[in-house]
Amino acid sequence: MYKIGVIGDRESILGFKAVGLDVFPCDAADEAKKVLKKIAKEDFAIIYVTEQLYQYMGEEIDQYKDSRLPAIIPIPNKDGSLGIGMANVRKSVERAVGADILFGGEE
Amino acid sequence: MERLNVNPTRMMLTTLKKKLATATRGHKLMKDKRDELMKGFLELARENKELRARAEAALAEVYESFSVASAVMSQEVLEEALMFPKQGVELSVGGKNVMSVDVPVFDFKTAAEDQTDIFPYGYAGTSGELDSAIRHMAEVFPIMLELAAKEKEAAMLAAELERTRRRVNALEYVKIPQLQMTIKYIVMKLDENERGNQTRLMKVKDMILAEAIEEKRAADEQEYKEACS
Repeated sequence: MYKIGVIGDRESILGFKAVGLDVFPCDAADEAKKVLKKIAKEDFAIIYVTEQLYQYMGEEIDQYKDSRLPAIIPIPNKDGSLGIGMANVRKSVERAVGADILFGGEE
Repeated sequence: MERLNVNPTRMMLTTLKKKLATATRGHKLMKDKRDELMKGFLELARENKELRARAEAALAEVYESFSVASAVMSQEVLEEALMFPKQGVELSVGGKNVMSVDVPVFDFKTAAEDQTDIFPYGYAGTSGELDSAIRHMAEVFPIMLELAAKEKEAAMLAAELERTRRRVNALEYVKIPQLQMTIKYIVMKLDENERGNQTRLMKVKDMILAEAIEEKRAADEQEYKEACS
């Protein structure tokens, strides 16, 4: 049976605990990297990471990009979205098609 | 385009022709795969985009209601209330095969039997805002799960699509022209050899013929002299 993890600042991710996810409060990117490395080895199938931390963890996250599990998904935190998640969608379109044809240049 | 560095022999020609046939067939298959992947991927990416917008909006609402709850209650009480969650999630991961890409499929079951009874605290010490925040969260959660599945699938398909596209291009613009070039080169070379051989044979035949005529003439002359004497 697989688990779902959430990495982010304490205040934002507290609520996820209520619906039964495993939360890992981290305040700094270095801490988050360590946590990610640790829980990626365990049976976590999905790891949500707040964008505020996600932006500093590119290298660590790229390691798991092409593997089947875990899926690392950026989510906005309580201060709002940084647009990283959307940028990722656009990036994958660009990677696949060779040009951005979905967003039509909108930012 | 550089041709391959091979010996122009008949055997090599046969090998190369076989290779060309394989490459052409592979190219056709890859191209079909690419087109099919592209079709699926674009649809998926569009869905992914919409889903992400929806999930982000919904999460913003959840955060909002949580911040209201934490404004009414002290941080300690809030954390204490959520310390031991009643609700749990059992996630099972299956797989499906999309154009030979092994894509994970997430299937989740919530542990609590009664969906209305997910609040892990007594109602005495907490405020009503927290209740609604948690209910909100429970509603948003399936969307987030769907988002995770879609996003992973899209990322994996994108990687596969990129690979396939590169292979198609490599076959189309490098491998196949190279093979064609080399085959042409070998055919030309063999034909040239053939022609060289032909002329040489003709020349030898002429020489032998001239020699034979010479011999015949000498023999005739000999006979003539003997008859005269």
